[in-house]
Amino acid sequence: MNIQQNTVSENNFEQCIKCTICTVYCPVAAVNPDFPGPKQAGPDGERLRLKQPDYFDASLKYCMNCKRCEVACPSNVRIGDIIQSARIKYGPKKNTSLRNYVLANTDLVGSLATPFAPIVNTAVTLKPVRYMMDKVMSIDHRRIFPKYAHGTFTSWYKKHAAASQATYPKQVAFFHGCYVNYNNPQLGKDLIRIMNSLGYGVNLLDKEKCCGVPLISNGLYKQAERQAKTNLSSIRLAVNDHDMDVITTSSTCTFTLRDEYPHILNLKNEDVRDRIELATRYLYKLIQSGEVQLKFKEGMPPLRIAYHTPCHMEKMGWGYYSIELLRMIPGIEVIVLDSQCCGIAGTYGFKKENYPTSQSVGEPLFRQIEASGADLVASDCETCKWQIEMSTTKACEHPLTILASRLA
Amino acid sequence: MENNYDIIIIGGGATGAGVARDCSLRGIKALLLERSDISTGATGRNHGLLHSGARYAVTDPESAEECIRENMILRKIAAHCVEETDGLFISLPEDDLQYQATFVEACRKAGIRTEILDPEEAKRIEPSVNPTLTGAVRVPDGAVDPFQLTAANIIDAKAHGAEVRTYTKVIELIREQDRIVGVRTYDRRAHCEQTFYAQVVVNAGGIWGQGIAAKAGITVNMLPAKGALLIFGHRINNLVLNRCRKPTDADILVPGDTISLIGTTSSKIPYDQIDNMVITPEEVDILLREGEKLSPQLAYTRILRAYAGVRPLVASDDDPSGRKVSRGIVLLDHAQRDGMEGFITITGGKLMTYRLMAEWTTDLICKKLGLNVPCRTAELPLPGSTESKKEVERKIRHKPTTQRRSVISRHGDMADRIADQDSIKNSLVCECEEVSIGEVEYAMENLSVNNLVDLRRRTRIGMGTCQGELCACRAAGLMGKKDPICAKRAKADLASFLNERWKGMAPIAWGDTLRESEYTTWVYESVCGLTDETEKTTVQ
Repeated sequence: MNIQQNTVSENNFEQCIKCTICTVYCPVAAVNPDFPGPKQAGPDGERLRLKQPDYFDASLKYCMNCKRCEVACPSNVRIGDIIQSARIKYGPKKNTSLRNYVLANTDLVGSLATPFAPIVNTAVTLKPVRYMMDKVMSIDHRRIFPKYAHGTFTSWYKKHAAASQATYPKQVAFFHGCYVNYNNPQLGKDLIRIMNSLGYGVNLLDKEKCCGVPLISNGLYKQAERQAKTNLSSIRLAVNDHDMDVITTSSTCTFTLRDEYPHILNLKNEDVRDRIELATRYLYKLIQSGEVQLKFKEGMPPLRIAYHTPCHMEKMGWGYYSIELLRMIPGIEVIVLDSQCCGIAGTYGFKKENYPTSQSVGEPLFRQIEASGADLVASDCETCKWQIEMSTTKACEHPLTILASRLA
Repeated sequence: MENNYDIIIIGGGATGAGVARDCSLRGIKALLLERSDISTGATGRNHGLLHSGARYAVTDPESAEECIRENMILRKIAAHCVEETDGLFISLPEDDLQYQATFVEACRKAGIRTEILDPEEAKRIEPSVNPTLTGAVRVPDGAVDPFQLTAANIIDAKAHGAEVRTYTKVIELIREQDRIVGVRTYDRRAHCEQTFYAQVVVNAGGIWGQGIAAKAGITVNMLPAKGALLIFGHRINNLVLNRCRKPTDADILVPGDTISLIGTTSSKIPYDQIDNMVITPEEVDILLREGEKLSPQLAYTRILRAYAGVRPLVASDDDPSGRKVSRGIVLLDHAQRDGMEGFITITGGKLMTYRLMAEWTTDLICKKLGLNVPCRTAELPLPGSTESKKEVERKIRHKPTTQRRSVISRHGDMADRIADQDSIKNSLVCECEEVSIGEVEYAMENLSVNNLVDLRRRTRIGMGTCQGELCACRAAGLMGKKDPICAKRAKADLASFLNERWKGMAPIAWGDTLRESEYTTWVYESVCGLTDETEKTTVQ
């Protein structure tokens, strides 16, 4: 008798046994009654949408794509992927407002803003400007904008770092992402300093575009797909032609390159996926293998650091590496904060309609940070950093920036 | 005199409900008696296929013509119960493609629209179809929800003065000389006997009609043929898929509501087994093996349930051996046939022709009562189908999208009767099928719901992938609130609902369906303490 061995369904949606753990763990469902929760929006809704596409509910836009539902799911259902894919497949096709376009195009806006960084940075702090952005573009006036750097990371790299990289015995490629390029070139410089001290030259990819995560969450799927293809061919070039691993400092960029490309954009990447690495994990593994050793400054003052695990870090299961890396630094005490969403979810928290949800989601985390007695918060995600710095009294830095500051 | 009616209808399937509606519309005072709930027999245990008639075009042109006529009528009068999906009759390499020409010609003769598609076009409009197909013909097949169809007939019958008593079993036909004058019944909930009188008693008991006729000492030879079906977890196909060859086992895949159905098998069973439907492993095997040929996806799609119904096939009167079977409508006037006045049997036929069966029956009743009122059921839309979906959409704009679409698909224009003034009423009882508290309360108040299984037939609670895991206890809570019953009975009702769900899962209990049912068992047995003890108490 030909009994079905395994049932197979896209994103495993039929593996759902309705245990509802995902909804319990959903940060949005807990604070926003308009969001039906991942079970309803995901596997349950998918069945109805397969019946008739107009069962698509606009409230799916409230999903932050944090993937905490997928982490919680005991049945391996890719709930977050189901929701994102449904938005692509059944959602409004032309829903890109000017606001969403501006928020999504981090590359374009970044390259326009960086030459005038001092002016832009001041302007977005002015009350009338923020009031106008709120009214005209529905970007919440309470949201504090990240600062743009005066000059990009890539232009600095070409002038000051490119030439010397070939002198190192080993080579690695760096997917810097928009944040390093336009907002925080220092993090890129820190990474180069660390890698160089271990004998690794750091190279840029042939062509790099924004990983696409803000495009996906703002409905610009075609553009996301185009950029992903550019990135994948650059990554293939680095991996196949130059035998270099590709590392990134941002947990979300890493996650997108590795998992969102095949799951959401249907772009195959299994040939290079294992070579795309989060910088902290890459470093940790290098050190653990005994191949390299970090040398730290002596006599630095003690520092109490609270580590916040970003959602996509949680999804990859890699928070451990950043935490252990920080623990290797002499004089540093690491407290691990409860793994919970900070609420910003990339561009989500910038939107006026999401601002209250965003801040309510992050509230327990903010309280824990304030009560932790930490001097500094550390996190591998740039948008978590913005949210934490805006919503608490603490500064938030990337683990590698902290590490670089104590390097001998 | 009390308990006096013009007619008494025995049987609450589609036919009985249709007769009750037709009679009421013609001003005849009707009482409908059903030993269980409405649509529990063959009505609720079939494909839910809105036949175009194409399936019968070659072998039974008369049925084909009836089907296509009723098909077009149901699209108008029961729009909210019908999905106009269209269907494909596909030829596979193992089939004779020559048959297609015969088939198309037969359809043309019966008045069934056909369109020959090349295989590529067929794959484009129905991606789930077997990609090795060599030909396809598009026909106006569709899907029909038998539960909503029967319920709508009952609602309209009641609105026009009919009385409906469910859980009322006929134990005796009261006979005065050569005339049936009434029935003696047993009320299965109040546990009492009652007597009702009428000028005409209609036997609309489907396969059970043989037993009912026997109470009048009349022989009607039914030939019970069991048909088994499998329900898949979600919609696989959006067009009905059939094989373009002579009808056989497991050659129809119907997209019905949120699921797809493959069926059926056909096996003769002894009459004394009609209340004992068991799906055999062989039947599951045939359904899967043949079904995969229509859509290879069936091989790896989760199966929700298996179930079987009994076709009410009748042996022709002129053939005492009982071999010659009629699939058509059989209307027996026992005054003519057996010299028994006041008694009619309506049987045979199909879900598709329930309305026509009701029309013929009511015409005969009219003749017997000396009335001359024309039938209007082919023109008057059923409750639920009097307004277009768009108009209803506008009225219930404020409901969440998914819920809005779901209630309209179930209740049509009656969707605006469902309370939704606050978020509590909009909270979901059944999450798989989007059934709200408001909808459950509406069903309990207005649609003669006596237990959780009845509630399922009116609202689809428990019909989704979780098969009652989350909704059963919530619905039980709401039932208890409306009509405080003793805890023991409430628990028994809950257990019987869950056991009924399990009965359908047992024949296909593997993979995720088994995993989910184990989880359900754990929730109810280990967490809630719902034990075997409660199951033994009978419900109703």
